[in-house]
Amino acid sequence: MFIMTTVLGIETSCDETAVAVVDDGITVRSNIVASQIELHRKYGGVVPEIASRAHIENLDTIVQDALDKADCEPSDVDVIAVTNRPGLVPALLIGVTAAKTLSWAWQCPLVGVDHIHAHAYSPAIGLPQPPWPAVALIVSGGHTSLFRVEGPADVHLLGATLDDAAGEAFDKVATILGLPYPGGPAIEQTAKEGDAKAVDFPRTMLKRDSLDFSFSGIKTAVRYHIHGHGKISGGLEKCSPSDIANVAASFQQAVVDVLVNKAMLAVAQTGLSNVILGGGVAANSVLRGALEEACRNRALNFIAAPWAYCTDNAAMIAALGYHMWLRGKTAGLDLDALANSSTRVV
Amino acid sequence: MALGSWIGARLWPGLTIGLVGQLGTGKTALVQGMAKGNGLSDDQHVTSPTFTLINEYAGRVLVYHLDTYRLATPGELAALGFDEMTAGDAVVVVEWADRVHSILPDEMMWIEITSTGERSRAFSIRGLGDRACDFVRSMSAWRS
Repeated sequence: MFIMTTVLGIETSCDETAVAVVDDGITVRSNIVASQIELHRKYGGVVPEIASRAHIENLDTIVQDALDKADCEPSDVDVIAVTNRPGLVPALLIGVTAAKTLSWAWQCPLVGVDHIHAHAYSPAIGLPQPPWPAVALIVSGGHTSLFRVEGPADVHLLGATLDDAAGEAFDKVATILGLPYPGGPAIEQTAKEGDAKAVDFPRTMLKRDSLDFSFSGIKTAVRYHIHGHGKISGGLEKCSPSDIANVAASFQQAVVDVLVNKAMLAVAQTGLSNVILGGGVAANSVLRGALEEACRNRALNFIAAPWAYCTDNAAMIAALGYHMWLRGKTAGLDLDALANSSTRVV
Repeated sequence: MALGSWIGARLWPGLTIGLVGQLGTGKTALVQGMAKGNGLSDDQHVTSPTFTLINEYAGRVLVYHLDTYRLATPGELAALGFDEMTAGDAVVVVEWADRVHSILPDEMMWIEITSTGERSRAFSIRGLGDRACDFVRSMSAWRS
């Protein structure tokens, strides 16, 4: 007889409070995300105290919403999965504490999930055949990493940013250009009116065979271009809207070129033919288009995580939590919230 | 990087360093140099703490690397446990320290970075308190 396993997933690692109910790591019955972007917009970023307080205020209601939407009773839940790393510790602690409490009250096993591994897993949600083994490019505000994914809980780091994440570069360049937060959508929108070849910003590739990234130099180059003795110079007030659009488009193209180039280098080094894209920056249509085209030219399979699973969400936590539970990777009530990922270069 | 490494080799427990400088002047790069001088292993990379807010690096001395870029008030740094970090045996390095100077300790080191060209930087270093003052005086021994 086939017995279904229902997992409740909780995610509070940064600025979204999210809860989901997922069956057998594949069928998403509910996926609730309460975004705090509006709350943080006026500060131009995530504010930890506000984030923690909002997680506390939201979480109870969102757990109930997720159960209701899934038409599910607490007694139907078999496993509780929670993001316990990496992230902002005070924010993670809210989710981890709630998950421990529910695990104890409902008498179900607890699983601690690495948020980055869950992003690497996210394209598999809902697919009848998992896309493994694959090269996964995960790009977000806090992370820019390439992984070799062999299976749901078998993730190996190939390379990562040595300084700024790509999403962080978008946010900071948006600030330099006087564009609103969050910077990713603002730059993509502004760039549509610009010429991507207008400014030749550096494409930092590091050593020839390196799969690591560096986006700190391009941020400096944009700043120097606007404020320094560069080509425009004299500060933002001297820039016309078309200057700004050209800088936004040229910056975006430089970042996309590096990401696509490194992903193809990872393909060449691993010999794999599946390429998956995830993380919040995967929403950028120029990146998506360029990676898709590069894959098509090399006869590779390109799989982008569905939009709902690109940004932070709990469905990917519940789905990966199911596979960890299957493999006996459960946690005790002493589960810790940790700032860094468990992934190391192999 | 060389200056950071020189400082990193001479960090002492309980020291707080405040970094000041515009976007892209190389605050994180200076901390990467410090980590190298502090004996951080090759498989650990110092990355920007802008999103994570706090990174931890265990070298010869434990270093907390903080970024206040996304904080709205000094009180929020306090809420992250800033007093506990500075009271212990760790070194605390704070990027954008000018935004939270009201809650920083009395004895500390300030490093201000200004961009003097695309690839050149000027550093202004001040010590507050005896030990930090002595250290800054000893820096005349540093040659890049």
